[in-house]
Amino acid sequence: MRLLTHNMLSSNIKGVNNGFPLLIEAEKVVEKLVDFNPDFLRNIFPKIDWKALVAAARAVGYGELPDAADPAMLDSDDFLRHLHHALLQLHLEEGALVCPETGRRFPVNKGIPNMLLHEDEV
Amino acid sequence: MWYLCVFYHRLLDYRKPEVESLANLFGAFNGGDWDSDSDRDSSNRENNGNIETMSLQWRLPENHHPDSPFHFVYLPSEDMARKIANRSILVKGVYELWGEGNTHEEMEEAIKLYPDDRKLPYLTSESTFKITVDSFGKVISFEEQNDRIRSLSYIPFKGRVNLRTPDHKFWLMETDDYGSNNGLPPVVQKRIFFGREVGSADRKLLPTYQLKSRTYLGPTAMDAEMAFLMANQALAAPGKLVYDPFVGTGSILIAAAHFGAMTMGADIDIRVVRDGRGPNCNVWSNFKQYGLPMTLALLRADNNLPPWRPGLKEVFDAVICDPPYGVRAGGRKSGGRKLLKGVVGPYTVPDDKRTDHIPSTAAYSLVECVHDLLDLAARMLVMGGRLVFFYPVLREDDTIDTHFPEHPCFELIASCEQILSLRYSRVLLTMVKIGPYSEEIAESARIRHLEFKENHLKWLEDGNLRSAVFSPTDPQLGGAADAKLGKDSKPKYRGKYV
Repeated sequence: MRLLTHNMLSSNIKGVNNGFPLLIEAEKVVEKLVDFNPDFLRNIFPKIDWKALVAAARAVGYGELPDAADPAMLDSDDFLRHLHHALLQLHLEEGALVCPETGRRFPVNKGIPNMLLHEDEV
Repeated sequence: MWYLCVFYHRLLDYRKPEVESLANLFGAFNGGDWDSDSDRDSSNRENNGNIETMSLQWRLPENHHPDSPFHFVYLPSEDMARKIANRSILVKGVYELWGEGNTHEEMEEAIKLYPDDRKLPYLTSESTFKITVDSFGKVISFEEQNDRIRSLSYIPFKGRVNLRTPDHKFWLMETDDYGSNNGLPPVVQKRIFFGREVGSADRKLLPTYQLKSRTYLGPTAMDAEMAFLMANQALAAPGKLVYDPFVGTGSILIAAAHFGAMTMGADIDIRVVRDGRGPNCNVWSNFKQYGLPMTLALLRADNNLPPWRPGLKEVFDAVICDPPYGVRAGGRKSGGRKLLKGVVGPYTVPDDKRTDHIPSTAAYSLVECVHDLLDLAARMLVMGGRLVFFYPVLREDDTIDTHFPEHPCFELIASCEQILSLRYSRVLLTMVKIGPYSEEIAESARIRHLEFKENHLKWLEDGNLRSAVFSPTDPQLGGAADAKLGKDSKPKYRGKYV
């Protein structure tokens, strides 16, 4: 699971109000190279919840992202490279996403988050 | 300029919408790139100037049936005509027409009248060329083909012939009235066309991606040709993000990824997306097989209760999918069967069993599935983004029910039928997001969601397509009705792939 995906997901358990951002329990993190595409990054940047991305990157051991970001930074190649790496190249391969409100663990196996709810959470 | 657009005689409903979509993708409606200003004015601007729903001008050769492979289309430039043809799947060729006629003599007159400044640059002595003789609905013998080519001697070809890699390809095409029983669209009289090829579809893609050589397949994997058509309808291109909420083995996303789009997929069945059939036979391995960039994300999620964070919207450029409509594969959603029937209260999972608990799922009716899909797409698509999905319809009497799902955020721009059996068809719907996802729309979707949950059983029974498709016919009445259906409901040449 890439951090881009993490940035889009929340815990949608019935009754949970603040299911975002999910906390990351990392057991195994891998890096997979992806072709650098600045246009895609510029497109997706306004949709990103920056605070959540920075926290997620730190949770998987990547501290190169600035605490705050604004669109002007997209002109910097350096910034784009870091964003590219954090968003697309870091994978949570094994671990879990934890609901910040209830502590429910959504397991991540073989890079695939299992977001399906149990019967009593629907 | 008007171009002759000749299609393959396949998937007839899909042909013009594909060209329209590609014209949009390559910017035909963006104002720029027209050869002259007068060209621009004559493009179709009826749709309130909304470029997402604009369409091209088409016309048919005289006396031709709309199912004929020969069409004329008005395109802004040769460059665009080439781009469209080369990316398409169903365009056999786009040609600059030099002349046409009901007889060879008539065509000769027309070719002679065609301006020299359009012809001579392609006939120079430095260039190489090739002439192909083609006919629709009939085979022409090799001798006859050569005779036809020789009869073109009134065109001053100066260049050398090169059959492998010619600079310019010329086509002599004809169609004739072979009688009504040859299973082709009716032709009233013979028509001959001569033109210079501008571009043609790259159908070599299809054997490369054909399902029989793909490693990981599911029972409803999308056939490669159809997947490419869907990706074209969705305007898949580099830098765009495409989402498939019923990803399965990834067969649709592979087509989108081939055209350079970033892809994401979700499925409710974890075995399909996570495990596949082993480490070298899963969705990832399918992408690897074709050397495509890996899909950005695969996740297990329920389309009925999507896990997207609140406030997240307008992220996908296209949503493409083949929803489970319960004929060959049924949809599932969260919530146990018995729970939704109201037989038992919610099952509370004991704390010690939570980690490996496998939640039960219930059948997911088509109506609810499509409602959820439209709601999700309305929220998650960018403005102008496209929702492309298959919708099943029963074939009754002579026509199919053309009442398709609607949503205030979407405008339907194309519906293409593929006949699957005498009883039912599937229709590829292409919708464009034309309105923002407002609070009111979100609220009414929420109410509808609860209503579906309460009347779970009713919806399941109402929308049971499977029984309509597979139930045996009544030998007395139904048999006769079916026989009639088989005879009259569609032209003889229409079938699954035509």
